[in-house]
Amino acid sequence: MLYDTKSIFEDQLEAVERASRARRYDEVNLALLTDGLRAEREQGITIDVAYRYFATPKRKFIIADTPGHIQYTRNMVTGASTANLALILVDARNGVVEQSRRHAVLSSLLHVPHFVLCVNKMDLVDYDHERFEEIRTEFESFATRLDLEDLTTIPVSALYGDNVASRSRNMDWYEGPSLLHHLENVYIGSDRNLIDPRFPVQYVLRPQTTEFHDYRGYAGQVASGSFQPGHEVLVLPSGLTTTIESIDTFDGQVEEAFPPMSVAMRLSDDLDVSRGDMICRVHNRPSVGQDLDAMVAWLSETPLRVGGKYAIKHTTRAAKALVQDLYYRLDVNSLHRDLEAAGLGLNEIGRIGLRVTSPLFFDEYRRNRATGSFILVDEFTNGTVGAGMILERQH
Amino acid sequence: MRYELGQLDSLEAESVQVMREVAAEFERPVLLFSGGKDSLVLLRLAEKAFWPCRIPFPVLHVDTGHNFPEVLEFRDRRTAELGAELVVASVQATIDSGRVGEPPASNPSRNRLQTITLLDAIAEHRFDAVFGGARRDEEKARAKERVYSFRDEFGQWDPKDQRPELWSLYNGRHHPGEHIRVFPLSNWTEMDVWQYIAKESLDIPSIYLSHRRSVFRREGMLLSTGPYLTPRPEEEVFEATVRYRTVGDMTCTGAVESVADSLDEIIAEVAAARVGERGVTRADDTFSETAMEDRKREGYF
Repeated sequence: MLYDTKSIFEDQLEAVERASRARRYDEVNLALLTDGLRAEREQGITIDVAYRYFATPKRKFIIADTPGHIQYTRNMVTGASTANLALILVDARNGVVEQSRRHAVLSSLLHVPHFVLCVNKMDLVDYDHERFEEIRTEFESFATRLDLEDLTTIPVSALYGDNVASRSRNMDWYEGPSLLHHLENVYIGSDRNLIDPRFPVQYVLRPQTTEFHDYRGYAGQVASGSFQPGHEVLVLPSGLTTTIESIDTFDGQVEEAFPPMSVAMRLSDDLDVSRGDMICRVHNRPSVGQDLDAMVAWLSETPLRVGGKYAIKHTTRAAKALVQDLYYRLDVNSLHRDLEAAGLGLNEIGRIGLRVTSPLFFDEYRRNRATGSFILVDEFTNGTVGAGMILERQH
Repeated sequence: MRYELGQLDSLEAESVQVMREVAAEFERPVLLFSGGKDSLVLLRLAEKAFWPCRIPFPVLHVDTGHNFPEVLEFRDRRTAELGAELVVASVQATIDSGRVGEPPASNPSRNRLQTITLLDAIAEHRFDAVFGGARRDEEKARAKERVYSFRDEFGQWDPKDQRPELWSLYNGRHHPGEHIRVFPLSNWTEMDVWQYIAKESLDIPSIYLSHRRSVFRREGMLLSTGPYLTPRPEEEVFEATVRYRTVGDMTCTGAVESVADSLDEIIAEVAAARVGERGVTRADDTFSETAMEDRKREGYF
């Protein structure tokens, strides 16, 4: 697609051609564009996420090219966590394989709002309509067990550009859009939660200069919902209420702040508000608590154990967390729940119960990615070891 | 009311979030400033992130001694305007101290030596977070790097063992002596940077705009004659109308032939460009297929 939208610079293409020749490949291997690390080029695989950028007159895109191998699941999860759309490629000859199912499961867990299944290498199955329908039916029946909100299936040949940037002439039976047309038009306006006002305080601005002697602004990025001057707001954890005096930026005051704006709020009353606190609305507030359930993707070679203690970062709040329960381990290939699991190893996913040292202000991840996600950090190695998605607690 | 932010506003909001996060969680951040277009955008973002406060960390310039004079003038003027604290770390001082040798006259680039001067400055000032203006669209090794990039006590980057980075939950934890390189412009493209400069009416060093200059061709690049670089006998010197697409060390930064002498013309030129900015203008990246990765591993930004 980068090639078909003329998004590759000549010098980069020449470098790829040079590298392909040096490796004695039959054809120019465009994977060398994104497999930028020495180890990846040596082994011919993708190890880590590569970000590529391209633009069409309609939209700007960031592609996170993520690895397929199971041992790099954690890098795939990294790429999926911020994506608006997940694109999974399957080979028309092989159909839906274990890896495609795993990626669909992970996209569903991370709640990527849009999903595209690209049936690639259609040229190698003679652009056969029946083969495409077979793969589509198989995938859709698997997907009914997942939480994929918006699924589109497109037959393509990446090598020959069929249905990539423009409609293919080889597949008259296909009436849908080309991949690029779909990407340019998919509606992402509702991907962010605009209903529940949440403003995690990130940094307190106190200039203490002559000009701004008494200025006190609460800086942060709007996580969800919207805020306006004059709104009555509630500050957590204190529970005190006040109104928004103004919403400030370097470029002047704004009449409304919504995600992903970074702003500073001034409040009408002098309250004790600091980093890690959350500003919300009186009649729309997050859950407050020290006990929570979550799906966690384990990212470390040292397994998660019940009784393990970790540092937790959730919005702008830092605390410590104790793993109280491991309810089950999820087999991402079969969706089987192993209730007997004693721990979670690298790249494994399971449902856990956590006890946190101080209250968090959270929403269910499905409803709010920004206030429903957290990371767990090993306090000794400082490595990021777990990625958590908060669930509704079952009583 | 449409609840959508434009491309540049979204990028700005994301970068500001990163900068505030660093200011909140680290003891001694510093912002690397080269006078180039990316670092001047970085400085504007810092100004915005903390307004009406002054930028709560110093600005560090690693001075190779081979700078374009126009860039040094710009650096001093801009930091003075902002009332920011400027720290200059000198590659010449590193050479004079005997820590490293001067590179050979045939290839006098001090680009690699900068790494040593930078790491010395980080150790001396005990900086624990270092903002850089690197972008992922610049180069294929940079395309792999996190926004928070962990460096060990030797300043090294291990591309095979990067911390997973999810959502906008950054993990800045580190032990004493280690530090984090922070790249708030990770998701910006060259085009975004120029469009932002135009939108914000930011002042830029004059060498980005078209001018007449005495140059010679070496390995496909147009290098400037000057006190630090002498053309070899076979290299013909000529006058050309050029501008710079990137700003680095005078000995390894190439000019491009261009008549673009306004921001609008630069933007039109970038939109039509068929060659990447580092492809034509940075000799240091074309040494080998993984030259950037190799330097980054050692602690280069």
